[in-house]
Amino acid sequence: MDSFWIIATASLVALSCSFLGVWLILRKMAMLGDAISHAVLPGIVIAFLIYGSRDNSVMLLGAGVIGVFTTFLIEFFHKKAKLQSDASIGVTFTWLFALGVILVSALAGQVDLDQECVLYGEIAYVPLESVYTFLGYDIGPHTFWLMVIVLLINVLVIGIFYKEFYLTTFDTEYAFAIGMSSWVWHYVLMSLVSFTTVASFESVGAILVVAFIVAPAASAYLISRQLKQMLLLAALFGLSASVLGYYLAYWIDGSIAGAISSVLGIQFIVVFIIHLIVRKSNVKHSIYTEKELLRQKAN
Amino acid sequence: MDGLPSFILDNPNFWLVTAGTVLLSISSALVGTFTFLKKKSLIGDAVAHSVLPGICLAFIISGNKDPLWIIMGAFISGWISILSIDFITNNSRIKEDTAIGLVLSVFFGFGIMLFVAIQHSGNPNQSGLNNFLFGNAASLIGKDLITFSALSLLLVFIVFIFYKEFKLMTFDRQYARTIGLPLKLMEFILSTLTVLAIVAGIQAIGVVLMAAMLITPAAAAKFWTDRLFYMLILAALFASLSSFAGAVISFMAPAMPTGPWIVVVISLIAMLSFFIAPGKGIINKWWRKRQNQLKILEENILKTFYLLGESGAEAQNGRSIEDLNKRRPWKKAVLMKGLSRLKNQGFLVFRNGHWYLTKIGLSKGQRVVRLHRLWELYLTEYLKIAPDHVHEDAETIEHVITPELEKSIMNKLGFPELDPHQSKIPYTN
Repeated sequence: MDSFWIIATASLVALSCSFLGVWLILRKMAMLGDAISHAVLPGIVIAFLIYGSRDNSVMLLGAGVIGVFTTFLIEFFHKKAKLQSDASIGVTFTWLFALGVILVSALAGQVDLDQECVLYGEIAYVPLESVYTFLGYDIGPHTFWLMVIVLLINVLVIGIFYKEFYLTTFDTEYAFAIGMSSWVWHYVLMSLVSFTTVASFESVGAILVVAFIVAPAASAYLISRQLKQMLLLAALFGLSASVLGYYLAYWIDGSIAGAISSVLGIQFIVVFIIHLIVRKSNVKHSIYTEKELLRQKAN
Repeated sequence: MDGLPSFILDNPNFWLVTAGTVLLSISSALVGTFTFLKKKSLIGDAVAHSVLPGICLAFIISGNKDPLWIIMGAFISGWISILSIDFITNNSRIKEDTAIGLVLSVFFGFGIMLFVAIQHSGNPNQSGLNNFLFGNAASLIGKDLITFSALSLLLVFIVFIFYKEFKLMTFDRQYARTIGLPLKLMEFILSTLTVLAIVAGIQAIGVVLMAAMLITPAAAAKFWTDRLFYMLILAALFASLSSFAGAVISFMAPAMPTGPWIVVVISLIAMLSFFIAPGKGIINKWWRKRQNQLKILEENILKTFYLLGESGAEAQNGRSIEDLNKRRPWKKAVLMKGLSRLKNQGFLVFRNGHWYLTKIGLSKGQRVVRLHRLWELYLTEYLKIAPDHVHEDAETIEHVITPELEKSIMNKLGFPELDPHQSKIPYTN
């Protein structure tokens, strides 16, 4: 039963992250996702300090605000100080992350967090958490339900505002013309990323959440032609990696989140090789037909 | 120095560790300046995270933390990450930022998997391996100190040798290619230096935050100078200050990871630079913009006074707020602010509820109108722009033209009487 709860929780994290990842990489904002996932750390530590227990997840989500603040700050340095955007991202998130790590080690006695947890989470401890019961039945640990809620929020927001996200991603000018503010949808997306990162933090850590965001979406991007197809494929990659990664970690006795990231990497390599082969044969094919055409013309 | 507790100063290792940490932060600041200028900062972040699996594999193979093994492992996996990013972006439609995020997180995840496996393996040598995550300057002693310092010295030396080539490659690729600089080779060398600079910092600063030591000193230095040479010096100086602080903290609180402290200090220097640096700083920019806006507001008010007087016969009549707003709408608070500033400068006086132009106010208002009309005429005469398209442009340029430029325009146009809209161009007698 323990492995079930771990795999189920990992799958929920993977689903939420891969849905968001699809939008992020289509909007060329993968590194903003990386920045947010690092920068929420001080917020998380402060929330832990204030609310003590890790069961108070609603309060913990307040820490997500710092993720949105990070995107503001990056914009601010880029626009107002004319700092080039890559450096603006790099300076902002490393600073906040460093602050978070200092807080973690300074408050080691008062906060139920450590440096390792910051990096790769503690999904293996999910089954040891307080368990919810419903009508006398045991319905699963706290983190599992937290991730259910996060996934629901993500699916609902993306589902309801699918058209808005779609247009502001692919056709900003048209979106602007019909009165959609791409600015608003940018920040809605950033808020979703922040809250998802904060919620996933206990399971997979601040850095590995990036793998869950970028890798499934990148693999899906290589082989899909439509957005819905890409969302579906990303979800499938995320889900299968969660299951395979769990058993890989079990086998080598390593970190579960680390193993899932490795599986996501292997998936990408496989998809990439297939993509290269297909592309090569397409090129050959087109050269062949061109020659054929020339020959026909000559005749 | 007197502020430091004596147990630190008496510790013979303190100065050695400090020297080592400062040296390696200087080497990463120098190399980082070039990656910053080439807008490749985030690749540094990817490499920094990606050296972790190399470190873990080196440990698994060698069974100990010998710095040479660690450096080699880190170097190889760092280089593989750069190659992977290049290969992915060159052979698919995946963009660079996605490739960076992907390589960074997957390599790091793989490294973490191995790292935890090593922890669980019970190998007694593994204690201290976690220093490589967040850094521990105080552990930089003995063979480690010598190896990492030697590596840093080598880096500084190479940057020094290739200074001119890197400079050309960064600022003028076309010219560099023309004079036959082997750009591919130089880029290869720079990438290698980037990986090595990160590798040099893994023990004192840690892989997680090492990227900041490449990006942040350069970003801070850029706000103080436009010259590459000074930028390198400043970046090195800022990095030294922060790593010195980091080394002190590492000795005072041995349980604290050093990397985050160094990064927080260098970031504070950078944030301060973003705000207060003269010229490029946010505060200075904001101040100049504000001064400029005030100047434009004042000139527009004086211009409006002049135009009101021009249409009626009595140029010197007093005007109420409503008179002014009828000619040109302003927000009340803005207009009042402009009026009171002009009064303080002696361009206007206020009597019985009305505002009057003074003599210098009149001539300044007249000058703005003159510049406006001269410019309109200049645009229609010399650039053949239609008379109904020149107003907007003149509206802006009238606040910018210097007296010298004014004179040369007047000479060029031969002191014309009328502008394209048949309004009289006013001259001082």
